[in-house]
Amino acid sequence: MIVDLPDTTISAVSKTLVTLREDGGAVALGRVLTLVIVSSDGEEEEAIEAANDASREHPMRVIVVCRVDASSADPRLDAEIRVGGDAGASEVIILRAHGDAASNEESLVTGLLLPDAPVVAWWPSKPPQDVANSPIGAIAQRRITDSSTDEDPEAALLRLAEHYKPGDTDFAWTRLTLWRAQLAAVLDQPPYEQVTAVSVSGASDSPSTILLATWLQLALDVPVEHELTTGRSGIGGIHGVTLTRASGEISLERPESTIASLQQPNQPTHDIALPRRTLRDCLAEELRRLDPDVLFGEVMTRGLPQFLAQTTPVKGRSGE
Amino acid sequence: MPVQITADSNPLRHESDRRLNRIAGPSGLVIFGVTGDLSRKKLMPAVYDLANRGLLPPGFALVGFARRDWEDQDFMEVVHESVRKYARTEFREEVWEQLAQGIRFVPGEFGDDAAFQQLKETIEELDADRGTMGNHAFYLSIPPKAFPEVTEQLRRSGLAEQKEGQWRRVVIEKPFGSNLRTARELNAVVESVFPADSVFRIDHYLGKETVQNILALRFANQLYEPLWNANYVDHVQITMAEDIGVGGRAGYYDGIGAARDVIQNHILQLLALTAMEEPIAFDAAALRAEKEKVLGAVSLPEDLGSATARGQYAGGWQGGERVPGFLDEEGMDPQSTTETFAAMRLDINTRRWSGVPFYLRTGKRLGRRVTEIAVVFKRAPQHLFADSQTSELGQNALVIRVQPDEGVTIRFGSKVPGAGMQVRDVTMDFGYGHAFTEASPEAYERLILDVLLGDPPLFPRHEEVELSWKILDPIEEFWAAQDGPLEQYAPGSWGPSSADALIERDGRSWRRP
Repeated sequence: MIVDLPDTTISAVSKTLVTLREDGGAVALGRVLTLVIVSSDGEEEEAIEAANDASREHPMRVIVVCRVDASSADPRLDAEIRVGGDAGASEVIILRAHGDAASNEESLVTGLLLPDAPVVAWWPSKPPQDVANSPIGAIAQRRITDSSTDEDPEAALLRLAEHYKPGDTDFAWTRLTLWRAQLAAVLDQPPYEQVTAVSVSGASDSPSTILLATWLQLALDVPVEHELTTGRSGIGGIHGVTLTRASGEISLERPESTIASLQQPNQPTHDIALPRRTLRDCLAEELRRLDPDVLFGEVMTRGLPQFLAQTTPVKGRSGE
Repeated sequence: MPVQITADSNPLRHESDRRLNRIAGPSGLVIFGVTGDLSRKKLMPAVYDLANRGLLPPGFALVGFARRDWEDQDFMEVVHESVRKYARTEFREEVWEQLAQGIRFVPGEFGDDAAFQQLKETIEELDADRGTMGNHAFYLSIPPKAFPEVTEQLRRSGLAEQKEGQWRRVVIEKPFGSNLRTARELNAVVESVFPADSVFRIDHYLGKETVQNILALRFANQLYEPLWNANYVDHVQITMAEDIGVGGRAGYYDGIGAARDVIQNHILQLLALTAMEEPIAFDAAALRAEKEKVLGAVSLPEDLGSATARGQYAGGWQGGERVPGFLDEEGMDPQSTTETFAAMRLDINTRRWSGVPFYLRTGKRLGRRVTEIAVVFKRAPQHLFADSQTSELGQNALVIRVQPDEGVTIRFGSKVPGAGMQVRDVTMDFGYGHAFTEASPEAYERLILDVLLGDPPLFPRHEEVELSWKILDPIEEFWAAQDGPLEQYAPGSWGPSSADALIERDGRSWRRP
């Protein structure tokens, strides 16, 4: 069900939510968190869809704050409430703030937050300069950004690192989890030899590749070669990792978009399904833990400056 | 300086890194009895779900062993079909492709030496081609009477041999014997071939998830533990009801009965988890120590006649369907005195529980399918309220729903809105499914992963199995000495009237689950 509330206030929205709940049974009970999506007009639907999908794992209230036409002479707040079939297992409240009605962002959401439940904020693109100290960021336990949507992902990462506060996280890191799990699993097995060299390759616009290289360097304490493979027929993200040990090289390569192949000395080559993760997967993983990701903090604040200081990326095989 | 890597320290696994799941190392799963229902509906889909969640090693192998004239290809079809039909997660072609590369089938009978030789060759081939590196788990999804033969074959063919740097494990399902003696025999057979920590006993009704849920509820919260004793608890009811009959399992069921089938393992495990003291750690050993203590402290009532009840379901209409009585089931001995319903009162004479009876019941063809633990509290002093004001107020209760719709319900009194002062029972409800929809993995997924990872099982070791037989054996002997026929109960009811009499004698009544 979709309820439209043109030219309204937050108290009216809040009242409508209670009425909807009384009419429709226990719609809003059992929600475990509030997700605030700060989006610009026109790109919110993709984020809402991912949130609805992820809500099957984490029932939540989704508040979308959308700033429309900042210079509008007719400041007003339009709201839309979606519940039931239109909202997965969540309830979605979309706030479209025109002109000055968007001032004091915090007051737009405070009245709608679930009592005593964690708040997660998500900027699908264009996060504020200092995420944790922005009005919405300050009330959230977890703050999710996505540096891959930035025109210059590396600069975006650096900006995030500079202002990093515990609780910040970035989808470029989330997209790495499956890669990291496979690499860690390889080192779980014998032979237990030191890794003496590492090389990582990926698309130049992939912040995940930078984070993967940073993480490996931080964990293994070896120089990591970072190769940028540009222009390969539209395949973004990470392309491959090679770990060198005394007994030979371990390589995990993803030439196609979903299947990676793992090669190890004295072992048959294995195919591994390693698709690029969807927004929904990333969001669901982020919502699984609501305490700060300490390791990500280490990678951002300690690893990244160290990595960027000593490495100049090798421009690799340029595509056709 | 490059970081040192050893078997125990992997620099890529950091304590503060909670994102990384543990992926099982290179290994294979060999399923005996691969044509059975369990295997098709539960095991194979669980293997796929694990693969789909990225928790299986890239070199994983699945080997089926059964008396069928199949090629690898035919078996692959069977697995494919069961995955399409029963898997929990979405079907992804690339995951299936990868899994299918490691699927093999070995035809043969359990008595056939050559078939086991072929199995051995198949496994060695997989070690080379797929990189399973000599690590294999044998899942015995077969009747217990075939255990001795299969374990002996595994020993004889050298398949069970534990080599340095490799592992061989075995998984067996309940029932673990039919009394203390047979349980010991069965255990001796299995443990003569596999060391104790390589034997994984499984009660799929009681997955690790459920066990951990109960532990978290009891010990992670401050709210319940202060009340969890004889000062506040009046009694505890543990129910496991099924709404179906024995169906095609009549032959198996005759001579086993509800008490051996369900109470011995499942309900007594729930009792142990409910009643035990706080373990000093979450590991299997600490948990077992507490469960063994409380099971050892269980005492049977003196008069078994009035403290136990049993019955058989009669034929009739149940929920719009005509169903046969237990004695009329196909292949059933019409004189059978096997019970399909069992109830009993047990006491635990520890400081915590002295004077708090535990009422257990289980049965087939009951009102609905439900497993729950109800902790019923003593009534609060009602000095403030006149009798008429609290006539609709019962005892407070905390109900742990194990299945279906896993969760917790608390029942307490609340004022009825209006001018007068009337107090009535209301409930507060929590469901795992509502608060964390969908994330809970299937019991078999957890289980297979634990076996492949070699995570010490939370499943009972044989000491616990033996303790529960010590509780049940006297009751079974008492029943065996009685004459038939057994009391019949209507299908879709909550059991025979003797079960009601059992609890009413103590001035209490069964909760309607």
